Amino acid sequence: MKKYSWANFFIGLFILLFTLVCFLPMLLTVIVSFTDEMTIMQNGYSFFPEKWSLYAYSLIFKGGSSVVRGYMVSVVVTVIGTVLAIVITGLTGYTLANKNVYYRGALGLYFFIPMVFGSGIVPWYLICTALHLRNNIFALIVPNLLFNVFNMFLVRNFMSGLPDSLRESATIDGANDMIIALKIYFPLALPVLATVGLFYALGYWNDWWNAIMLVEDKNLYPVQYLLLQLKSQISMIRDLQLASGAAIQTPPSESLKMATSVITVGPIVLLYPFLQKYYVKGMVVGSVKG
Amino acid sequence: MSQAIKKVTKPQKRVSFLSDIKRNNFSYMIALPAIIYMFIFSYMAYPYLLLAFQRYDYRNNTIKDIIFHGNWVGLDNFKFFFSSQNVFRVTYNTLFLNILFIITGTVMSVLLALLLNELRCKWFIKSTQSIMLFPNYISWIMVSYILLSLFSTEYGIANQMLTALGKNPVNWYAEPKIWPAILVIMRIWKGAGMNAIIYLAAITGMDSSLNEAAAIDGANRFQIMTKITLPLITPTIVVMTLLSLGKIMYGDFGMIYALVGDNGLLYSTTDIIDTYVFRALRQVGDVSQSTAIGLFQSVIGFVMVYGSNWLARKFYPDGALY
Repeated sequence: MKKYSWANFFIGLFILLFTLVCFLPMLLTVIVSFTDEMTIMQNGYSFFPEKWSLYAYSLIFKGGSSVVRGYMVSVVVTVIGTVLAIVITGLTGYTLANKNVYYRGALGLYFFIPMVFGSGIVPWYLICTALHLRNNIFALIVPNLLFNVFNMFLVRNFMSGLPDSLRESATIDGANDMIIALKIYFPLALPVLATVGLFYALGYWNDWWNAIMLVEDKNLYPVQYLLLQLKSQISMIRDLQLASGAAIQTPPSESLKMATSVITVGPIVLLYPFLQKYYVKGMVVGSVKG
Repeated sequence: MSQAIKKVTKPQKRVSFLSDIKRNNFSYMIALPAIIYMFIFSYMAYPYLLLAFQRYDYRNNTIKDIIFHGNWVGLDNFKFFFSSQNVFRVTYNTLFLNILFIITGTVMSVLLALLLNELRCKWFIKSTQSIMLFPNYISWIMVSYILLSLFSTEYGIANQMLTALGKNPVNWYAEPKIWPAILVIMRIWKGAGMNAIIYLAAITGMDSSLNEAAAIDGANRFQIMTKITLPLITPTIVVMTLLSLGKIMYGDFGMIYALVGDNGLLYSTTDIIDTYVFRALRQVGDVSQSTAIGLFQSVIGFVMVYGSNWLARKFYPDGALY
């Protein structure tokens, strides 16, 4: 092993460098969010600010701020959406994996065709409008994100991989389709359901497409969309400050922007162990095997 | 996938659809929500594509109105789009950026996977991987803030460095020429970690006896890496590349719009079909033309998906997606 040590050193160094490149910009954003606004004005963003400050966070978390409301909207949408999506996806995956269903191939094709031939955003937009999916919470939950064919095929492939004898022996014991699904297949499929659940949850949490297309009511803006708007709208920051009753000095726009972006990552940090376990596994299985 | 479907279908007596529903009523019932969802959001969308050949009237919103009371204009919407200079620009940008992303992304993630595979130190691999994967989970909007912390004209780190080196600060958000490079870097920054893990899984899933045999024959590590490991994961690389080629007509709207936004100064190199359609719909309100561009994109996209899958099947039969 001795003669490889130099090679190992350089390989390790390269990996370490890439990791730092991934890590340092995120760290910088966090540090800026804790930096005093005047310090930013004078010295720019810095890893070692002269003066730290919690002012940006205190503004965000003071009652009635739009960021807190956006956060709540995002949480509600993510929780409801993810639960519904897992149920719909899991149930359909079971049907397509059920070898007694003669037309499951045709059904699979039915789900598959729109995957290769989409129709663009305009028909989608007109349909959402026709269904009154505008300016309400359903507009954030239902379009686009509620059902994903790729995830459904992931569940189907997993369930198809379970041995047929499970179904046969259960049938002999007198179990019907419903009992087989609920008592045997779904408990066994929990890992893959966790995976698609995380796919959906992350999709909902990070979504702003539905908001930008279908929502004009400020009270319904999810936090990601607020973040998008915050980038260009200083006026929103003024509102935030007025709401908190702070005396108007310089609006802490820079640190406030960064602080808002930092708190949107909160749930991802919270779910990180699960993401590492199930999400990665799903990505690997999904992309290598389709 | 239809191939896979055929494979598992046992020779069975032909069953009529109705009796199949009767026999498996529970299975069909639980699939109903998804079937209805797909019908509404995907199949009902197809008739709306007729708008590409009409002049849109906001009163004609139902499918029936579009089919029977449409204001047919033939190919005028396409003519308008193709005769404007935009079509070349946005199509070129979409293809060019996607090709750049595919090449740089693949090279970087394969390199990372090969190198990670060489390391044996468990805690080092675990901890670097955890950090590398993090950008994959955050939204592009969050990424745009991270980009701002680096390239903000007044406060960004990049300009601080330039000033420290005695050079003039650059207004990064007004320099279209460097944006393809910035986008490539951010793409790698966000996605290379995850793709490296996928390739790493392909490598560790391989038969290790070949490596051992080569090592006994005196091959060094670099030779094993380039002559054995790399050829063995080439099928995976080919398939993943072909699959991304299939999506080459579809730009990453989430990425481009989050990072560039409505910054017109950068359109010359960053405006893609998806952002163009978005603006045509949201800012200009041109429904018919947006539909026409969307249809153009879908048709070419369909050909690309089909073609790349055909190639994938030819190169590597197990790897075709369907």
